[in-house]
Amino acid sequence: MINSVWSICGMCTARCPIRVEVENGTISWLEGNPHLLDGALCAKGSAGLALLADDERPQQPLIRRGGRGAGRWEGVSWDAALDFVAEKLKKIIAQDGARSVIMSCRGGPFVDPAKAFIKALGSPNFTNHDSACGRNVHHASLSVYGLGRSDFAYDIKNARHLVLFGRNLLESLKVGEANQVLDMLDAGGRLTYVDVRQTVTGLKATRFFLLRPGTDYALTLGMIHGIIKAGAYDKDFVDCYTAGFDELAAFVEPYTVDWAAQECGIKTKALMGFIDELGQDRPRVIFHPGWMLARYRDSFYASRNIHLLNVLMGNVEIKGGQILAKGVKDCARKGIRNLVDGPPAPEERRADGVGWKHTHFDKGPGLFQLYYEAMQTAEPYPLKSLFCYRHDPFTCFPDPAAQKRALDHLELIVSIDTHYSEFGWYSDVILPESVYLERDCGVSVQKGPNPRLIYRKQAVSPRFDTKPGWWIFKQLAERLGVGHYFPYNTIDELWAWQLEPTGITIADFDQKGFVDLTDKPVLFDREKLSGSFATPSGKIEMVSEKLNKEAIPSLKPYASPIKPPVGMYRLVFGRSAVHAHGHTINNPLLHELLPANTLWINKREAGKLGIADGDWVDVIANGASGLIQAKVTEFIHPEAVYCIHGFGRQVPLQSRAYHAGMSDQKLQVGLLTDLDPVGGGLCLCEGFVEVRRSSKNVKRSVEL
Amino acid sequence: MNTYLIYLNSKRCIGCHGCEVHCKTNKGLPVGPILCEISHEPLRSVKGIPKTVFQFRSCYHCEDPQCVPVCPTDAMRKRPDGIVYVDQEKCIGCMACQNACPWGIPQFNPVSGRAIKCDYCLDRVDRGLKPACVSKCTTHALKFVRLVEV
Repeated sequence: MINSVWSICGMCTARCPIRVEVENGTISWLEGNPHLLDGALCAKGSAGLALLADDERPQQPLIRRGGRGAGRWEGVSWDAALDFVAEKLKKIIAQDGARSVIMSCRGGPFVDPAKAFIKALGSPNFTNHDSACGRNVHHASLSVYGLGRSDFAYDIKNARHLVLFGRNLLESLKVGEANQVLDMLDAGGRLTYVDVRQTVTGLKATRFFLLRPGTDYALTLGMIHGIIKAGAYDKDFVDCYTAGFDELAAFVEPYTVDWAAQECGIKTKALMGFIDELGQDRPRVIFHPGWMLARYRDSFYASRNIHLLNVLMGNVEIKGGQILAKGVKDCARKGIRNLVDGPPAPEERRADGVGWKHTHFDKGPGLFQLYYEAMQTAEPYPLKSLFCYRHDPFTCFPDPAAQKRALDHLELIVSIDTHYSEFGWYSDVILPESVYLERDCGVSVQKGPNPRLIYRKQAVSPRFDTKPGWWIFKQLAERLGVGHYFPYNTIDELWAWQLEPTGITIADFDQKGFVDLTDKPVLFDREKLSGSFATPSGKIEMVSEKLNKEAIPSLKPYASPIKPPVGMYRLVFGRSAVHAHGHTINNPLLHELLPANTLWINKREAGKLGIADGDWVDVIANGASGLIQAKVTEFIHPEAVYCIHGFGRQVPLQSRAYHAGMSDQKLQVGLLTDLDPVGGGLCLCEGFVEVRRSSKNVKRSVEL
Repeated sequence: MNTYLIYLNSKRCIGCHGCEVHCKTNKGLPVGPILCEISHEPLRSVKGIPKTVFQFRSCYHCEDPQCVPVCPTDAMRKRPDGIVYVDQEKCIGCMACQNACPWGIPQFNPVSGRAIKCDYCLDRVDRGLKPACVSKCTTHALKFVRLVEV
C-alpha cells in the first residue's frame, strides 16, 4: 500500500515543501509539494534518499574517550548519553550558574524546543549562525523600516526588473523562488546581476556588472545619485512615508554615476542605461536585499542602501514589489503555542554583550562569534558549555583553529546533528538526530502574503538509533528538572498542544501538508501604510533615529577597499546548486556530481603565475594553506579568487568528503574577530591569499 | 514512429542537475551509472554578458536502434510506441548494447550486474505519469512531449 506523507525538505535551509510516497516502510517517490511546487525539487532534494541510505553518519549517541578531535568515540545508549550530559551540566550549573551554558542553532522554523530548553535552564545565551550570514541585512532592515529581514516577501514573479547584488538565487536555490524568477523572465522582465564573477544566475541576466570586489557600497551610492538626479524615484511614496530624503540626496551629491563606475570598474554608459531602465520599470523593481552579506567592512551600509533603493522605487506593498510578510494576527486568527513562551525570561545579561554592551544590535540570537572572546577572558562571566544544534561553527565561521583555542576553555561541548559536523567531531558528545525523512518537527507559522501553518512529518522509521530534536530536548529538560516546560510525551501531543488555541487540528494538514490562514493574499492598503513601520518616527528612516542616538552614522562616507598586495588575491566563496555548504559534501549522489571544488582565478592573473587550467595550486594565508585545482577563467575579477564553500572536510568517517577540495574558512585566518561594528556581521571576504602553482603537479616520479 | 520526446526549454534550465538525481533515485541507481545528463559549452561573452546554453541528453530512442539487434538475449527491446528499454530479467550484463550504441548510452549497473538506460520511466508513462526527470524538474524546463503526425 502506498502512503502519501506531506513534509518539508531538510537538505538545505530553504526547506521546500515535499510529498513522500511510502510503500511498505520504504520511500518509493519523493517530490516537491504539488500544491505549491507542482512536483519540482532540486538535486539535493532527491538526494535526500541517498542521505537516508548512507551509513556514514552517527548511528547512536557517542561519547568522546580520547582527546578532543582525536576521533575515539564510545557508542552508548540514549539513557547513558543523556545522563552523562545532564550530570555534567548539573555540576557546571551548580558551580557557574545556568548562564555559563550557550545554545546555538542553525535557525529556521523548527528550533522552538532548543530555544525553550536553554531559556528553561535560565541562560540568556541563545545564539545562531546568522553573524556569518544575514545579520548585516537584518540590522540594516531594522534601521530603515524598523522591521527585520524576514518581515518582507518579494513578489518576483510580477516584477518588471529584479536586481541582484551577488544573490546567486539560481544556485543558492529555493525551488519556488527560482521559478518566480524564470516566470518573470518569460514574461519579459529584466534581470540585472552584480557580482565579482559569473554565476548561473548571471547567465540569465539581461544586464551584468562584473564588479571590483568590495565596491558594492560605491555602486549603490552611484545608483542612488543617478536615480535622484534623473528623478527616477517615487516622489509621492518618499514624501508620504519616509524621513531623511533631503539628507540622503545631499549625502550622495559627490558620489556621481561617473565616480561609481570608475570605482567599481564598470562602464558609465552601462550604469546610466541601467538607471534609465529603472525609470521605465518602477515601481515594479525589486532590489533583492540578499541573505548572506557578511562579506566586507561596509556590507552593512551597502545593505542599507539596497533597502533604500527599494524605497526609492516605491515598491512597498504592491504587485511585483516587496510585500510586508503577514502573520497570524493579520488574518484575524489566534496563533499557535510555542514552547519558548513557557519559561520566564532569564534576568542575566548575555555573555556576547548584545543588549547591554552592544545596544544597537537585535537581542534575538545575538552574535555567536563574540562568545569566543568571552570564553577566553571569562568576561563578563565564565562560560563552560556550548550546545550546537544542527549547526557547525567550524564550517560556518572563519578560522576553526582560533575557534578551537576558545573552545578549549569549555568543560562540555555537545553536538546535536544528523551528520558528523566538523564541530561534532571536536565535541565531547554527539547526540545524533534522525534525518528529516525519519523525524517529525513541531508546527510553525510561515509568514508571507499568504501566511500558513507548516509542519514536518516523519516518512519512515529511523534506520539507526537516532532521535528527533523535540524528544532529545524534552529528555534533557526532564533530567535537569525543567521537564514541565515540555508538556508532551509524543509528537501528537506536542502538535495538539501547539494547535489548541487555533481551532485547527493536525488532521487538517492531511490534505495538502500545510494549512492556509487566508484564502487570498493579504495586502495592506498602500494609501494607509502609516503605522506599518516600527521605527521611532513611524516612517521609513533614510537617516535612522536609533543609529543617531548611538552616534553611529546612517550614511557613511565611502572608503575604497584596499587592493590586494602584489601576488595576493581576495578570497571569496559561494554556492553550487548541488551542495548545501558542508553538510551535503559526503552525500553519495551529490558527491558524484561535484566531488571537489576548484579555485577560480582570472585568466590573465593565472598567466602571470604560470598556472594552467586544472593545475594544482597552493593557496596560502597567514599560517594556513590549502591545495586545490585551478579553474582558469576570464569571468572572475582579477583581484579575486573564488571557491565553493563547504569542502576540505576533515572527518575521517566521511570517506567521500574527507580532504576533498579546499576549505575557504580555514584560510580566513584572523577574520573571526573582524566584526562589522554596525551590522554585526563578519567580514568574510576581507582576507587575502597567495596563490602559486603547486609542487604537487607531477613532473616525474621515481617510485619503483 | 516514436511517440515521445523529452524537450528542454533551455531558457528555463538552470543547470542544477536535478534531473540526473531524480532519474537515479527513481531507478534506485548507485554511484556510477548516470542515465541523463545536463551539459554546456564554455562561457562566452555576448553583448557584455558571459553566456552559455544548457543541453539535456538521455537516450535518443532511435527509430532503428543498433543496441536492440546486437543484444544476445533479446533483453534490449523497442516498444511499438518507440521506447527502447532493457528487460532486466533477460539482461546478462554483457554490455554489447553499449558498444553498439554510437553514443555509448546504455550504462552498467554494478549492483544488479545488468545494463540500464533511459526508458522514459515507462512504468510511470504507462500509469499516465511523466518520466521522473520531467515530473520533478526544478524549474519545469523539461517537457515530456507526445509527437503527432501532421
